[in-house]
Amino acid sequence: MKLTQEQQDMLDGKYGKGTAYAMKIQVAIGECFDAPRMVPITRAHVALSNQEADLWFCEKLLSEGAHCRIAPTVNPGFCLDYFTKRDMVAPEFAELMRRTHSAYKSIGAQLTYNCTPYIDTNVPLFKEVVAFSESSATPFVNSIWGARSNREGANSALCAAITGFVPEYGLLLDKNRLGDILVEVKADMKNDYDYHILGMLGKKIGEGIPVFTDLPKATLTKEALRNLGAELNTSGAYGMYHILGFTPEAPDLATAFGSKDPKRKVTITNEDMAAILDEISLEGNRPIDFVMFGCPHFTIGEVQHIAEKVKGTKLKKEMWILTSCHVKTMAERMGFDEIISEAGGAIVPDTCPDQPCWRHLNGKVGVTESPKCAYYPQRRGIHFVIRDLDTCIDAALTGEVK
Amino acid sequence: MKKFICHKVSEGVAEAEAIISKDHIMFYLMKPDTGEVIEQAHSLEGKSVARKILIFPGGKGSSVVQADGLYQLKLHGNMPSAMVVQFPETVLVSSAIIMEVPMVDKVDPAFYEAVKDGDTVRVDADHGVIEIL
Repeated sequence: MKLTQEQQDMLDGKYGKGTAYAMKIQVAIGECFDAPRMVPITRAHVALSNQEADLWFCEKLLSEGAHCRIAPTVNPGFCLDYFTKRDMVAPEFAELMRRTHSAYKSIGAQLTYNCTPYIDTNVPLFKEVVAFSESSATPFVNSIWGARSNREGANSALCAAITGFVPEYGLLLDKNRLGDILVEVKADMKNDYDYHILGMLGKKIGEGIPVFTDLPKATLTKEALRNLGAELNTSGAYGMYHILGFTPEAPDLATAFGSKDPKRKVTITNEDMAAILDEISLEGNRPIDFVMFGCPHFTIGEVQHIAEKVKGTKLKKEMWILTSCHVKTMAERMGFDEIISEAGGAIVPDTCPDQPCWRHLNGKVGVTESPKCAYYPQRRGIHFVIRDLDTCIDAALTGEVK
Repeated sequence: MKKFICHKVSEGVAEAEAIISKDHIMFYLMKPDTGEVIEQAHSLEGKSVARKILIFPGGKGSSVVQADGLYQLKLHGNMPSAMVVQFPETVLVSSAIIMEVPMVDKVDPAFYEAVKDGDTVRVDADHGVIEIL
């Protein structure tokens, strides 16, 4: 790989040991993928996880003097203030979150603690070269905004934020952004939840870049597209997809496929959608213990929808709505936070479902509209029935799910 | 002794017993204190990858879980000695480089016909050579 003088100086340690280490990792990634050079980025998002390896890596870079040239937004761990005040988290895990906060603050990250930066806080422009990790974020910035990011890991995205460069390969290049799988959606797509389920069909869709057709335009909301990307990367590994006649790089079939034939054609039916739900959800018709929303983080529109549904009622079960701190503030300002609190629910900022702050839910059965929310917390002994948003809200009101 | 050319992903040299996985690998679903694969229905379920030459198609799982899984194995000295992969992607590649496991790809297809579980294999990522000893 050919480096500029500045990049070579970074590698040689003239910008400090930490930057040299970040650059060494990126050069190795670039050489693996035969990248001819490194190109500058203007944004980054780091899927901070508040797990040991993540903290170890960030602290290691920090101790060697690294600092972010491009301040990245970051994923949630859990909200220290909220969970320590309520004594919901063990001291060693509170300490882990405190160290994570401190390390990312010192290294120069924007402490957004939000997994939907592509909606709120870190929205790239068309063709902008960026380094985004987080499974729902990479496909959104590539597919919807037409920006260019490889499917970075949390650690490679942090290296990119430090050096300000990424190796040029994969989805940074026009030829690798073409669709190669035609996915005709014959299933009835009615709401945002249906896109969660569609995204879980990665096994049927297969490896590659899908081009979805027959999706009704009115259903293509930012929430639906957030859900689709999140679940495509729960059921498989997708850096990008196209929606015919909707996403910027797929105005027509010839453009989407680069005038080539798709290598695969897949048809998605209502039966496929029902079958995958059976596979990933606990059986219904049962009492539930709690309801969880916000994986990925809910928008103010979704919070408003819930507030309107629960206004003046009393929930039978706990309801957790996870959002960004921006949405939390907006919910307070607009009165939704008060309505939901009075009903017995809670809007919690800066928090992910796969975190140790949820220990009180161990062994319990929840209901959620998100398969990703159901997937990762399994290892914490938390299991879910998956249903559409309104069915989940009803379950909080009645204590049972259909 | 048979020699095959390959391409460096992550630097280093290692010699150990080969273990071949038909399935993609997720390091999160391995026991850190033994290196044993605990993922259900995985072709290596119940077998340990610790200090072996792991030959596999590719990685799977989120960036977070892949790096954390490999890190936990590292803490216990139970990472594979080296890895031979067919389909590298960014998450696996960065995890291997950061945890300092030698890894190669683009191996001469004849290697895959020749190698068997239990063979002693030497991976020299720095020179792009694999040998079955």
